[in-house]
Amino acid sequence: MNLIKVAEESFAVKKEHPDFKSGDTVVVHYKIIEGNKERIQNYRGVVIQRKGTGATETFTVRKISSGVGVERIFPFHSPFIDQIEVVKEGKVRRARIYYLRDLTGKKARIKEKKRRIDTQQ
Amino acid sequence: MPQGLIGRKIGMTSVFGEDGKNIPCTVIEAGPCVVTQVKNADNDGYTAIQLAFDDKKEKHTSRPMMGHFQKANTTPKRKVVEFRDWNGTNQLGDVITVDLFNDDRWVDVTGITKGKGFQGVVKRHGFGGVGGQTHGQHNRQRHPGSMGASSFPSRVFPGKRLPGRTGGDRVKIMNLRVLKVIPESNLLLVKGSIPGAKGSYLIIEK
Repeated sequence: MNLIKVAEESFAVKKEHPDFKSGDTVVVHYKIIEGNKERIQNYRGVVIQRKGTGATETFTVRKISSGVGVERIFPFHSPFIDQIEVVKEGKVRRARIYYLRDLTGKKARIKEKKRRIDTQQ
Repeated sequence: MPQGLIGRKIGMTSVFGEDGKNIPCTVIEAGPCVVTQVKNADNDGYTAIQLAFDDKKEKHTSRPMMGHFQKANTTPKRKVVEFRDWNGTNQLGDVITVDLFNDDRWVDVTGITKGKGFQGVVKRHGFGGVGGQTHGQHNRQRHPGSMGASSFPSRVFPGKRLPGRTGGDRVKIMNLRVLKVIPESNLLLVKGSIPGAKGSYLIIEK
């Protein structure tokens, strides 16, 4: 395990992202390369899980796009992620909030944790 | 087999390449290996070099092998492999490190695949199985089907692919891309997967 870390670190490009966990609402600024042009697309949704460790860590963001649930998995250390913005900190009781998939409308809301955001700003 | 090393599979991970793509890669601990014997045409009838890898305790080493390692002035090793027609002038007792692959873009890796035990034809040979559960059939989805035909030939030809022990074979994967060489910790990173379990020995050739 140790030697795998050595190998991963030799490739790592250090990037600071804010700390977030499942239940939080985030905006992922994702670089998209079209031909030779580069633009940034914002993807806003609720984090439903963080998975893995080290260089292979990923997180899943769920949003409702024109009535259809969309989930997107981002590698945490992907060079295409320009920035991750934490919009809301949600109050949830578990690390993987898959139950959100079965809920729609008003039921799919997540209670907000207000305290921590205030101290940050 | 011009040149190579003995190594050990550490495990898999993934890294981001220069274009930002996520590349699956295997981490190999390659070497350092000690030259324990140099064979030449005069003495042995062919040219080859013998490398040894991975220290072991003296009490686990037989006396004849101990003498063999002492000739090369090295500690006893677990794995000893011969590389034929070695391309280079290495002497007895030389230490070869992962720096050997510094200039290489591609390597071949040989390993022993994970043993799978006694397996049926679907897993072992990729047969399709029966392909359905209807039309009266109820309990042979993964069977090989009929064989031997009728009055001719009325027997099964030798070599018919049947169930049996699977895995545990020596397999060589050719042309794996070298992603990185880390000499400080004797690591070699190659793209893709290689045969064998974590910790198993590998032969890496260039």
